Amino acid sequence: MASDLQFEPPYLHPAYRATELRAPRNEPVTLAREWFHRAPGPVFGRIPMRPGDADLTRQHAGEPLGERIVISGRVTDSDRRPVRRTLIEVWQANAAGRYIDPVDDHPAPLDPNFTGAGRCMTDDDGAYRFVTVKPGAYPWRNHANAWRPAHVHFSLFGPSLASRLVTQMYFPGDPLIPLDPILNAIPDRRGRELLIARLDLDTTIREWALGYRWDVVLRGRDATPAESS
Amino acid sequence: MNPTPSQTVGPFFGFALPFSDGADPAQAGLPDAIRIEGQVLDGAGDPVPDALLELSQANQFARCRTDTEGAFHFTVSTPDAAFFDLVVLARGLLRHLNTRVYMPGVEDDLLAAIDPRRRHTLIARRSGDVLQFDIRLQGPDETVFFAVD
Repeated sequence: MASDLQFEPPYLHPAYRATELRAPRNEPVTLAREWFHRAPGPVFGRIPMRPGDADLTRQHAGEPLGERIVISGRVTDSDRRPVRRTLIEVWQANAAGRYIDPVDDHPAPLDPNFTGAGRCMTDDDGAYRFVTVKPGAYPWRNHANAWRPAHVHFSLFGPSLASRLVTQMYFPGDPLIPLDPILNAIPDRRGRELLIARLDLDTTIREWALGYRWDVVLRGRDATPAESS
Repeated sequence: MNPTPSQTVGPFFGFALPFSDGADPAQAGLPDAIRIEGQVLDGAGDPVPDALLELSQANQFARCRTDTEGAFHFTVSTPDAAFFDLVVLARGLLRHLNTRVYMPGVEDDLLAAIDPRRRHTLIARRSGDVLQFDIRLQGPDETVFFAVD
């Protein structure tokens, strides 16, 4: 749909240099919506999940450094119906802006008490909740003095192949947001705003952690939960 | 409501998304096990060492990240269908790509409808005991990718 397209980034966005040799140049072959939505989603049940995977501050002996935060929200389809019992995977840098991933060579400290990866399932209302620390900004060499705004990566499955979503959640008021070629690849401001969480005092844990709310809408209307039975 | 927009998986997912035996849901050596291997290449023909591939069909789901040579492999059971669905994620891909890995020698309506000059990019080649399937993100032999209408 045309309205969607302004909300999605294009494949080729030269300001994000890595797109130049990786964006396909042919138009994708369009498959009928019915077909895509009938294709069942991947059976993600093999991905191991343990209780506690949704609390990234309790995966080690001690507590990670940084600002404790709660990120919660609802996952729905385009008709606002909850997407139940679907897997969400998150990953992020630590409070100093460093990923534990061996590929990351940014000389900011690792935190022995923080891995930065979590998983959870949405409940019967499509709700999810993670506890973590706020990730730091980090430099990324895309252009001179390029810094990514703080963000948390999200991966969601939903009921069909068409609903698969991998994206990033950003924090409100981050001064790096207007400078970021990855977020700003989305042409329409309203699309970009869909990726920015809001501060939510109602989900703050008093005297403990700030709350952010971020809802996710997965593509698809005839969403019958594939893995709820 | 507008769907939440996509963003790249970035380069730093390797510690978070791959999982134990993720690429090998089937046991190698069993009669219906097949090994699919290949390489992800960019528009310059260079390997893409930071891609994540998800192969699925019916009850099978497998996930593999590419290595420094852009290489990947899966050990899966022979599908009932003519093909596997394949999702391609990578640094530099602001949205993931959807394609299919067709088994050699099979036909279906969708394959028949693809431009004959590009059709071969969707079909795995038999090479000894393995099926070979390369993914070219860009360039003269660019893989056919699919989109929802």
